[in-house]
Amino acid sequence: MANVVLRDVRKTYTGGFEAIKGIDFEVGDGQFCVLVGPSGCGKSTLLRMVAGLETITSGEIDIGGRIVNQVEPADRDIAMVFQNYALYPHMSVYNNMAYGLRNRRMPEPEIDTRVQEAARILELTAMLDRKPKQLSGGQRQRVAMGRAIVRQPKVFLFDEPLSNLDAKLRIAMRVEIRKLQRRLKTTSIYVTHDQLEAMTLADILVVMNSGRVEQIGNPLDIYQRPATTFVASFIGAPPMNLMPLRSDEVQSQFAGDSRAASEAGILGIRPEDFVISNETIAGGIALDLTVEAIERVGAETFIYGTRQHEIQGVAANPGELPPGEVIVRIPGAVAPAIGERIKAVAPRGSLHLFSADGRQRINP
Amino acid sequence: MVEHRPWNDIIAYAILTLGVFIVAFPVYVAMIASTHDAATVVGGRMPLLPGGHTLENYYRAVFVGGSRTAPEPVGHLLLNSFISAIGIAVGKICISILSAYAVVYFRFPFRKTAFWIIFVTLMLPVEVRIYPTYKVVADLRMLDTYAGLILPLIASATGTLLFRQFFMTVPDELLEASRIDGAGPFRFFKDTLLPLSVTTISALFVIQFIYGWNQYLWPLLITTQDSMQTIVTGIKKMLTTTDELAEWQLAMATAVLAMLPPVAVVVFMQRLFVRGLVETEK
Amino acid sequence: MEKSAVFNRSKLLPYALLAPQLIITFVFFYWPASQAVLQSFKREDAFGLVSEFVGLENYQAVFAQPEYYKAMLTTLVFSTLVAALSLSIALLFATQADKNLKAAPVYKTFMIWPYAVAPAVAGVLWFFIFHPSLGTLARPLRGLGLDWNPLLNGNHAMALVVMSAVWKQIAYNFLFFLAGLQSIPKSVIEAGAIDGAGPMRRFWTIIFPLLSPTTFFLLVVNVVYVFFDTFGIIDAVTAGGPAGATTTMVYKVYADGRLGGDLGGSAAQSVVLMVIVIALTAVQFKYVERRVQY
Repeated sequence: MANVVLRDVRKTYTGGFEAIKGIDFEVGDGQFCVLVGPSGCGKSTLLRMVAGLETITSGEIDIGGRIVNQVEPADRDIAMVFQNYALYPHMSVYNNMAYGLRNRRMPEPEIDTRVQEAARILELTAMLDRKPKQLSGGQRQRVAMGRAIVRQPKVFLFDEPLSNLDAKLRIAMRVEIRKLQRRLKTTSIYVTHDQLEAMTLADILVVMNSGRVEQIGNPLDIYQRPATTFVASFIGAPPMNLMPLRSDEVQSQFAGDSRAASEAGILGIRPEDFVISNETIAGGIALDLTVEAIERVGAETFIYGTRQHEIQGVAANPGELPPGEVIVRIPGAVAPAIGERIKAVAPRGSLHLFSADGRQRINP
Repeated sequence: MVEHRPWNDIIAYAILTLGVFIVAFPVYVAMIASTHDAATVVGGRMPLLPGGHTLENYYRAVFVGGSRTAPEPVGHLLLNSFISAIGIAVGKICISILSAYAVVYFRFPFRKTAFWIIFVTLMLPVEVRIYPTYKVVADLRMLDTYAGLILPLIASATGTLLFRQFFMTVPDELLEASRIDGAGPFRFFKDTLLPLSVTTISALFVIQFIYGWNQYLWPLLITTQDSMQTIVTGIKKMLTTTDELAEWQLAMATAVLAMLPPVAVVVFMQRLFVRGLVETEK
Repeated sequence: MEKSAVFNRSKLLPYALLAPQLIITFVFFYWPASQAVLQSFKREDAFGLVSEFVGLENYQAVFAQPEYYKAMLTTLVFSTLVAALSLSIALLFATQADKNLKAAPVYKTFMIWPYAVAPAVAGVLWFFIFHPSLGTLARPLRGLGLDWNPLLNGNHAMALVVMSAVWKQIAYNFLFFLAGLQSIPKSVIEAGAIDGAGPMRRFWTIIFPLLSPTTFFLLVVNVVYVFFDTFGIIDAVTAGGPAGATTTMVYKVYADGRLGGDLGGSAAQSVVLMVIVIALTAVQFKYVERRVQY
C-alpha cells in the first residue's frame, strides 16, 4: 500500500521529441487513478515510466515515499497488466501466476496458498492446469490480473487491459476490476482512451493531451466543470457543443459580467442541458436550429441541427462538432421532423465559457 | 533487455564485433593473399596487409589461367558459373510458378496427386541420387553441357511450395473481379497474378542464384572438360597438384572472385534474401 | 486452405502448366531415385554390361565393411560437433543483435553473408589459414606446442572441416534465431522483468522455451546440412582423408562409386541415406506442425 507522486516529470526522446512535458500529480494510498486521453497523448508512456520500463529525462517519481527513478522495475514492488495480457505462453495458468513469486524465492507452500486464493477470487480454479492458448480473451485477462494480485504489490498498473475485448465483456470486466480494487485496496493507475471507462472507474481522473495534463480531479467535477475546451469535448458523449462567440453576441448575452464580456470566446453547452421550447429563459441562451438528422436510441433521442445563418463546416479536431452543428438530447422518442425549425433553450447555469484559445475556463 | 545498464550495451557491441571478426577473417586473409606474389604467400609468414601484386594476380587468374592442373582462365569459369546459376534460378522460377498456378487455381482430376508428386522431391537432395542421375544425364548426352548443369537441379519443389503459399494469400475477389471483367486464365495470370508476385519471384531468384552458383558435387561429377568447370569446382582443381606447388595466391584471387557475386547479391538484396530464406524453409 | 475462386472449365490447360515440372521431376528425380533403389539390389560387372539381381547382398556387404561404420561414426561426430557449436555461437550472436542497438542492421548484414559463400570455397579459405606450412594461423598454433598438421593427423583434419562448416552455418542459424527472438512479444519479456526475473533467468525460463520450435527446426536442418552440404568442404580440403578420417556417408557414396567402381554398393549406401533423410524430414514436419500452436 502506498501513494504515487509525480513531480515535474518530463521525457524527451533522443531526436528531440518531447513526449511528456512536465507532469505533476499525486495518487493517494488505495485510490484508483485513471489516465485518459487520445492516442499519442503520452498516457502509456507515463505509465511505463512509473513501471520503470521507460527512462525519465527529468523530474521525480515517488512510490510510497521512495524516489524510484533509478530503481529497476523488478525492485519497485509494482505489478502490471498489459493490453495484450503478456502471459507466458509456454506455462500453465498456475505457473504464470507463480512465476513472480518463485523469482523472489518464496517457499512453495506459501506460493500455493496465494495462487489458490487469487484463482478463487477470479474464478480460475478450474483452469489452473491449462495453457493460455486454451483460454478465452476474458479468461486470459483474469489470469493477467491474477498474476498481478498474487504479488501483493504496492501499486497496480493497468495498460488499456480491456481494449482487446468485445463490448459486452468489456463492460462486465470493468465492473469486476473496480470491485477487485476496492476489495484489495491497492493503489492503482489505469490507462485508457475510452472516456466512459475512465468516468466509471476513476477516483481521480487525469485528462491528458499531447504530453500535458489538461485537468485532474473527480470525474463528476471534470464532467460538470471542464477546465478547457479539450476536456469539455473529450469527456462526455455525445460531445459538448462548442460555439465561437461573435463579439456582439458576447456583449448582448453577458453584458452584466464584465470578465465574461471581455475574455469569453467560446461557449459550451452539453446536449442534455437543452430543452426544446418556444419560451426563452431569462439569462439563458436560445438557439434557432434547423433539424438535419435524428438518432433515436430508445430511451432518448439525439437531434442534430444547424444554427441559422451558419454554414456547415468540418470539425477542427476529432471528437469535436463541425462548426455550426449543434446536438440536442431529449428524453424519450418523440422528436421533431427533419427540416423543421426548432428553438433550443439552455439555462444560464448550464453555460460553460472559455477563452478564445480554449485553454481557460471563464465563468465559475 | 529491460534493465538500463550502460555496460550491457558495451558487452553486446564487443561480442558482435568479435562475431564480425570471426566471420570476416578468412575472407580478409584471402583478399590479402590475392594481392601478394607467390613467394610471400607460400613462405608461411604472409603479412596481414595488402601487397602490391593485385592487378597482376587477378589479371593472370582471369585471363591467362592458373596452372597446369587448372589451365582454364577464371574469366571463363566465371561465365560458366554465371550461366548455370542464372539458368537454375530462371528455370526453377518458370516451371514452379506455372505448376503452382495450376495446382492452386484449377480443379482437375489428379490435382492433389500431382502436388504430392512434386512435394516429395523436397525430401531428397541431389547428393542422394548422384549416380543414377549421372547415368540419365549421360544417356541424354548432356554431360559437359549447360543443360546438364542446370536441368537436374531445377527438379525440386521449393519454388512450387513458395508460390503456392503466396497464391493462397491473394484474395479470391481479385480473380472474381477479373473474371467479371472477361479475363481468362492467361490474362489473369499475366495482368494480375504476375505483377503481384514480383517480390516473391525476386526473393526466390536470390536464393536460387546463390544455390546454383555454389553447387559443387553435381558440376564436379558431370563435367570433365576444363572449359566447362564452374568457378567453384575450378578452385579445388587449382589446388590439386602432383609435383609443383599450387599457386595459392591465384587460388585466393579465384576464391575472392568466386565469392563476389553471391555475397554482392546477399548484401544488396538483403531483405529479399532474408524473406526468401525464411519463406522457403517453412 | 483451398481457394474457392478457380477456373474449372479449362480441361487441358492445367496439365500443360504442370507438364514442364512433372517431366523434369520424373526424368531427373523419380527415375534416378528408383534406379538407385533397383541398382542397390543388383551387381554389375566391371564394364557395366552384365548385371544380376543379388537381393540384399549389397546391403550385407556394405554393413559388413568396417569403413562403413567408420563413416557413420564420422558423420555422427561431425553432425554433433557442428550442430552444437554453430547453434550455440549463433544464438549468442543473435541475442546480442536483438538488443535494439543502433548499429544492429550493419552487424546483421555482416553476419549473414557467409551463407553466400560456397561450402567448397569456405573449405579452401580455412584450409589456407590453417595449412601446415603456409597458413597464417598455423604458426601460432605450433607456437603453442601443438604439432598442427591436418594433412597427416585425422583429428586435426576433422577439426579443420568442422571449423569451416561451423563458420558457414553460423550465418544461417543466426538469421533464424534472430527472427525467432524478434517474434517473442516484447511485453512478455517486460512482464518477466516486472515479475522479478533478471536477464539470465528471463533467458532460460522465458526466451529459450519460446525459442524451442526454432531451435528444433535448426537442429534438424543443421544435421541434414552436415550430411549433404559439407561434401564441398570435405572434397576441397581433405578428400575424405587422411585415411578416411573425414569421410562422411555421402562422401563414401561418391568415393565408392567413382573411384571404387562399386555401383551396387554405392547405390545401397544411397538408399540407406535416403531412408535416414526421409525419417529426419518426417520428424521435422511433424514437429513443425505443432510449432504453429503458439
